[in-house]
Amino acid sequence: MSIVTVQLGQCGNQVGHEVFSALCRDICGTHGLCSKKENESYQDSCKERFFCEEESAVPVARAVLVDMEPKVISQTLSMAARSGHWKYSSHSHFCQKQGSGNNWANGYSVHGPRHKEAIMNLVQREAEKCDRLGGFFTVMSMAGGTGSGLGAFVTQCLRDAFPTSFLLNHVIWPYGTGEVIVQNYNSVLTLSHLYHSADALLVHENDVIHKICAQLMNIKHISFRDVNEVIAHQLGSVLQPTHTAGGGSGYSRNPLGDLLEALVPHPEFRMLGLRNIPQMPENSLAYSSFSWPGLLKHLRQMLIAKAQMEEGIDWQVRPPQPGSCRPSTNKPLHFNTSLANLAILRGKDVHGVDLGSFQDPSLYTSWLSPQDAFTAWKTPRAFNKYEKSAALVSNSQFLLKPLDSIVGKAWNMFASKAYLHQYTKFGIQEEDFLDCFTTLEQVISSYTNL
Amino acid sequence: MTQSVVVQVGQCGNQVGCRFWDLALREHAAVNKKGIYDEALSSFFRNVDTRSGDNGPDIYKGKICSLKARALLIDMEEGVVNEILQGPLRDVFDSKQLITDVSGSGNNWAVGHKIYGCQYRENIVEKLRKTAEHCDCLQCFFIIHSMGGGTGSGLGTFVLNLLEEEFPEVYRFVTSVYPSGEDDVITSPYNSVLAMKELNEHADCVLPIENESLFEIVNKIHQMVNSGKLGSTVKPNSLVTSSAGSAKTLQEKPFDAMNNIVASLLLNLTSSARFEGSLNMDLNEISMNLVPFPRLHYLVSSLTPLYTLADVNVPSRRLDQMFSDAFSRDHQLIQADPKHSLYLACALLVRGNVQVSDLRRNIERLKPSLHFVSWNQEGWKTGLCSVPPVGHSHSLLALANNTCVKPTFIELKDRFMKLYKKKAHLHHYLQIDGMEQSCFSEAISSLSDLIEEYNELDATKGGPRIDPSRLQIAI
Repeated sequence: MSIVTVQLGQCGNQVGHEVFSALCRDICGTHGLCSKKENESYQDSCKERFFCEEESAVPVARAVLVDMEPKVISQTLSMAARSGHWKYSSHSHFCQKQGSGNNWANGYSVHGPRHKEAIMNLVQREAEKCDRLGGFFTVMSMAGGTGSGLGAFVTQCLRDAFPTSFLLNHVIWPYGTGEVIVQNYNSVLTLSHLYHSADALLVHENDVIHKICAQLMNIKHISFRDVNEVIAHQLGSVLQPTHTAGGGSGYSRNPLGDLLEALVPHPEFRMLGLRNIPQMPENSLAYSSFSWPGLLKHLRQMLIAKAQMEEGIDWQVRPPQPGSCRPSTNKPLHFNTSLANLAILRGKDVHGVDLGSFQDPSLYTSWLSPQDAFTAWKTPRAFNKYEKSAALVSNSQFLLKPLDSIVGKAWNMFASKAYLHQYTKFGIQEEDFLDCFTTLEQVISSYTNL
Repeated sequence: MTQSVVVQVGQCGNQVGCRFWDLALREHAAVNKKGIYDEALSSFFRNVDTRSGDNGPDIYKGKICSLKARALLIDMEEGVVNEILQGPLRDVFDSKQLITDVSGSGNNWAVGHKIYGCQYRENIVEKLRKTAEHCDCLQCFFIIHSMGGGTGSGLGTFVLNLLEEEFPEVYRFVTSVYPSGEDDVITSPYNSVLAMKELNEHADCVLPIENESLFEIVNKIHQMVNSGKLGSTVKPNSLVTSSAGSAKTLQEKPFDAMNNIVASLLLNLTSSARFEGSLNMDLNEISMNLVPFPRLHYLVSSLTPLYTLADVNVPSRRLDQMFSDAFSRDHQLIQADPKHSLYLACALLVRGNVQVSDLRRNIERLKPSLHFVSWNQEGWKTGLCSVPPVGHSHSLLALANNTCVKPTFIELKDRFMKLYKKKAHLHHYLQIDGMEQSCFSEAISSLSDLIEEYNELDATKGGPRIDPSRLQIAI
């Protein structure tokens, strides 16, 4: 099954490019650490999922690139082509001459309707190239104007045009101390709209990735390229082929569907966080070795304590004592209650791994049995040169605090009416803002009461 | 890719404009080694096939044939424009881009705005349309003028009005040189306040500049260069005050050094729109992020570094010094101290080999010493452009929407009132057709309102932070 990726705006295109690079690098390398047959099956599955073998010599990414100004797309296309291992199709991009000016309303109300036909035509073409369409994966930031505003509009169009296809939005949250002054407005508008159209939102926060780059990857002068490479690695560990629980011997034929089934049991809860261990500079890989019990212990505590990475985990946080039937409000404040979790393990000796600790009922809300709330996918084929790696996609209170912070700051600014004239001039009124705030306060409330 | 058009009005406007085109050519020449007409060049220049004469067609790709500036030069005296046309930049402009007259505006805003405005309206509109037609996607008009005289101030603001009427979708960025206290033009307060009303109502963004600040910067550089301090030498063309043809320093005119600073400001402002980077900052983003309320669109600018020392390795500390300097009094282009006033918003446009971690580190470092308004505590807009300016490995332009502009406006108002109370020189204005007493009272009232808006914001500074209560959701 194939996934069509839609890259929106500067961030979306820069990250999207790193993702395809990472996927390609992974299958081109010979670090599978598994049988040749397994490796070939993995490579074929990845290629079918993300690339198209046209008459050209290199695989062509199944992607549509959208931006309102030309510089980033032209850079992205040429970087991919120069790699020699893959490229984008020369007919799958759409750009205009003038950007959205960090204005969500401009992206959503002006550029969206104006360019809907052209963009959806490109998407339709890509979708038709797939033997079986497994769904859409969109990449965007929510701070700017195009990725956020046009991205929200395009997501809606995708939902309307492909009502039965799966739709996973990858959303990048900006640094807390501004990249864009109106980023909180743009974020509130984006998240509330996506909540109504997408199946799920898979979130990466720049602040978190930055810390990983600084402390785990030991990068001194962190560039956006570095940040994007870490994001791409983490996404790759989720998107690359795996064997699902009941999947038998073959790789999953319905990756997005399986993911959504495992993680989104209730439409009110769509925010997915992602953690991946281990993370380290490439040149340290050869000297490190890990055990599965060790990795999983860290991963579990990262989940419980809402840790951003495997260093600095608060080991004091413990789940509430089992046995007593406590209402959710009595749970310790730092503890992260989950709705559903998905662990994806890749590499050596995967099959014997015991994941019982993740099925502890005290980790979860009381609505689902832990058997239903927790899913594990395992693959003996190692990912991106890591002998063993584990990813955890979590529908839990991970993102509650950051979300609350963004909504709080946006509300603060909204109360003073600052910058509103910039939005109203493109047709987004105060009432529209209020609707969006209401939607998100509802989401915050739902997650708080897990 | 978008294009911008520069409209330079009056003596000051044209002198600054001339320096801008000179430095722009130098900047592009340094980056564009192959002589191909690329998108970066097209933002300010047309590529004209002059083999068949000056009226040749535009060439959109391929080798550079003849670059023509996307500019309109307007002056009601001939001296300055004629000098430009006889100087090294004569081939960059063509006669169709000029509007001149002979007698000047007599330092009278009313003459510039009402008389010449009326007289040249059609001519100006026609030429603007022509320039716009040569643009694939016109994004912004840059107006350069001074506030204290007659042409730049009066006719310049007339053109501003015209631009809003004829091209409402195109941004209007105005670079205005404000008169100093010891200005030798007695009526400069009148001209400035009358012009301010127009700026309040019709500009998207105004970058005020004060000559004193430019002068101080020039002096600082002179001292640095001549003192031979630290034993290091300064790279010659790295001075923000140096002209492109630095071999001609002997022929440099006194205002050239100061005007080069303003020209650098405009180049840096547009760099991210022209060149690539990991976090682009387009002109429409500047207006979106820095203007929280329509009339508060006055941005205090500062440029660093002013020069580069000749050592090749630039340690991180020097990079951090660049950020610190951007917030110091000495580097602001108006006489203001943003550190002690209230920030509404701040933009940092970094050029060159600087990464996001350097940016973040410095923002974290400087934030505690700056006061931001309560609803915009993290109000930073940042941009990273990969291409540094000529002679530097990196540079920083800081644009602040800060209440420190208030003193400039208050002083202007005071100087205005001193004259107005005694009705000094008023008859020169009132005798012009279309001018009435109400023009003056409306203008001063507009300025007073603006000052009051800044006062209200200042009043919130340092007060207790009370966050508004959030929406309550029924569970």
